[in-house]
Amino acid sequence: MAEEKLSMVVFSGTVDKLYPVAIMASGAVALGQRVDIFLTFWGLMSLRKGAPQQNQQVSKDFEAMGPEMMRIMKEKNVPSWLDTLRTAKEIGDVRVHACAMTMDLFDLKQEDLEDVVDDITGVAQFLTEAQGGTTLFI
Amino acid sequence: MDAANEVRIDRVVDARGSFCPGPLMELIRAVKESQVGDVLAVLSTESGSARDVPAWAQKAGHEFIGVFEKDGYNEIVVRKAR
Repeated sequence: MAEEKLSMVVFSGTVDKLYPVAIMASGAVALGQRVDIFLTFWGLMSLRKGAPQQNQQVSKDFEAMGPEMMRIMKEKNVPSWLDTLRTAKEIGDVRVHACAMTMDLFDLKQEDLEDVVDDITGVAQFLTEAQGGTTLFI
Repeated sequence: MDAANEVRIDRVVDARGSFCPGPLMELIRAVKESQVGDVLAVLSTESGSARDVPAWAQKAGHEFIGVFEKDGYNEIVVRKAR
């Protein structure tokens, strides 16, 4: 049987969308799937060093519910999406790639990003890795 | 019904209060540290675990023993099979 894998193109940088990224990655590694996460634009900006700790933004369509959502998560001790992603990395094979084009555009270097990011990847390289598996755009 | 009446539990992972996928992830970590044949129970208050643990056990090749409803939480029991 071919290796099962889940690939995610993470374009969004709001907390409400970064949670499903981390939780889907966790579920996939639990099932022994390999996970590739390709961070681009706001997804990549949300992993600049120090950004995850500051980020309180939620999607525009539910913006009004943002503060309430953050309050409930804190009250219920829900681990952060970044910690959830780190746990997934401990459990299985999760590779986090930064989009080369976004890096160039915003003059970013890998040391500007949180250590959860493994490398800088081009789009063709990512698509080659993703081929044959499930790919989500978030 | 109580798992304790059926099998001897070697290790209990108390993940009560953890949200999906927390209990499953804690269980996987504990299974990795265990010996083949060990029986592990994860205690969970979230609704995903009772569905996720059997799906994971089947995929990972471990024996799913059952979900046992307790007072306000589930005890989910598996045997490490490989």
